[in-house]
Amino acid sequence: MKLTDEQVRAVADLANLELSDQELRRMSNDLAQILTHMDQLNELDTSAVEPMAQVLYDADETATLREDVPRASLSNEEALANAPQQGAGYFKVPKVIER
Amino acid sequence: MSTNIALPSLTIESIRDGLRRKEFSATELAQAALAFAEKENSKTNAFLTFSQERALRSAARVDDDIARGLDLPPLAGVPLAVKDVIVTRGLRTTCASRILEHYVPPYDATAVVRLEAEGAVIIGKTNCDEFAMGSSNENSAFGPVRNPKALDRVPGGSSGGSAAAVAQGTAVLSLGSDTGGSIRQPASFCGVVGVTPTYGRVSRFGLVAFASSLDHIGPFARTVEDAATVLKIIAGRDELDSTSAFAPVDDYHAAMKHPVEGLKIGLPKEYFEGLGSETGSVIGRAIEQLKKLGCVVREISLPHTKYALSCYYIVATAEASSNLARYDGVRYSSRTDGSTLIDVYRKTRGHGFGAEVKRRIMLGTYVLSAGYYDAYYRKAQQVRNLIARDFTNAFAEVDAIVAPVSPFTAFKIGEKVDDPLAMYLSDVYTLTGDLSGVPCMSVPCGESAEGLPIGLQIFARHFDESTMFRLAYNYERSVKS
Repeated sequence: MKLTDEQVRAVADLANLELSDQELRRMSNDLAQILTHMDQLNELDTSAVEPMAQVLYDADETATLREDVPRASLSNEEALANAPQQGAGYFKVPKVIER
Repeated sequence: MSTNIALPSLTIESIRDGLRRKEFSATELAQAALAFAEKENSKTNAFLTFSQERALRSAARVDDDIARGLDLPPLAGVPLAVKDVIVTRGLRTTCASRILEHYVPPYDATAVVRLEAEGAVIIGKTNCDEFAMGSSNENSAFGPVRNPKALDRVPGGSSGGSAAAVAQGTAVLSLGSDTGGSIRQPASFCGVVGVTPTYGRVSRFGLVAFASSLDHIGPFARTVEDAATVLKIIAGRDELDSTSAFAPVDDYHAAMKHPVEGLKIGLPKEYFEGLGSETGSVIGRAIEQLKKLGCVVREISLPHTKYALSCYYIVATAEASSNLARYDGVRYSSRTDGSTLIDVYRKTRGHGFGAEVKRRIMLGTYVLSAGYYDAYYRKAQQVRNLIARDFTNAFAEVDAIVAPVSPFTAFKIGEKVDDPLAMYLSDVYTLTGDLSGVPCMSVPCGESAEGLPIGLQIFARHFDESTMFRLAYNYERSVKS
């Protein structure tokens, strides 16, 4: 299997990832090699097999619901403490809406 | 007053005895462990951050309890290292990534809360592969960890620093995380005990998510008994993790002391094909030892084993691509400036993530993208079900499964970095445990001619850590005496 530069660039766009030209070429090769290996899964007939998304155990249907009791959460200050840029109690980002 | 504490040979019990007999105080022990860890770090790079203040605070509490004649909690004064993907309040948590280089979490992981409540003394945060993605610890943004048993070799990964810290004796216990083998493989490479509990046995609250359906927190220790003590404390339902299990936590220590005579053990033939000859003969001797202890050993088959690698690298990267979307330059400390918001996202992630993390985000995004979802992601989830069924079928016949942890011993630093697929293959025997969710562990079982450690892997039924520990404990005792 082979991946074109355009295909790799499209995936990088979906992933919001900036890649240099060098990274892009390396990525095409690596992904192609790994995906080729993964094609071995097609040897298996899985038409009658349910997909497994999670390891599941028996429990009551509502077992994971807790009592609806209010409790302390992170303060605004704590939540913002790691923000690269903040202001007026919010995370700040470059302007999103053009006038 | 003792300044000569034999750190590398300490256990939970010997620390307890030492404190009771006043051979050393908890504060002296914490200071000795910190000094030793800082000194060793120039050789192994096992730690990314030391937590002197926090350690001395915890130790002072223990000394205070002793002065007041109170009963000591089970981990009183025990030096603990925590993998840097597990968050610690007020203590930098980097995931060994540039993108979180300055991140200081506002809360503690549940496992950390529980261990500190029982007296453990956190001395630092350990190096690992970036976001726990790797098998050699070479993917850390802050340099590789060196194997304390052979400094030119890798300690395994991704929890390489946690395994190395326990092996060199700077920490008596450590926490790691395992998504595809990241506890068992480094435990095997460094010659320590490493445990991956049943999925959901230990709360993942505060474990920075890599692949949520596969992620586990688990302990490293120098003895089976110490590892079981840690698991006993961190296991059990946590309201803060809805996938944490309600199943009661067994008394592992009572269970492990029972003999293993008559225990039915399966050897999965797929795990013995392609095994290095040296590893093969060491594992073979361990199996002979289990027979001597009265175990009934037979060959079994886990027929879908050869598909685990493909299955895993689809499921894990898909989940990772989603989990790592949050590092976008808005909330978590690093930002690379850009003219638009999207530009900020792309540049921050492009600069902040290392090569392997980018590779996995790309792979995961690809297998989830329109047109490929059914062919890759859904297919992998179906195969995951087949792999899980292999274990269910096997455990209808046997009580435990025994296999190698890794096909080879610790490899040289740099040996596999240029070939991602070859690197992925070092997890070939550990992936199935995470995919199926059964508990599994590595217990040291010998060395190669060069003196490189080899681990024996034990799998048990879901929530049957008791049988796993019983087998490991009986084996460990029989070869130590």
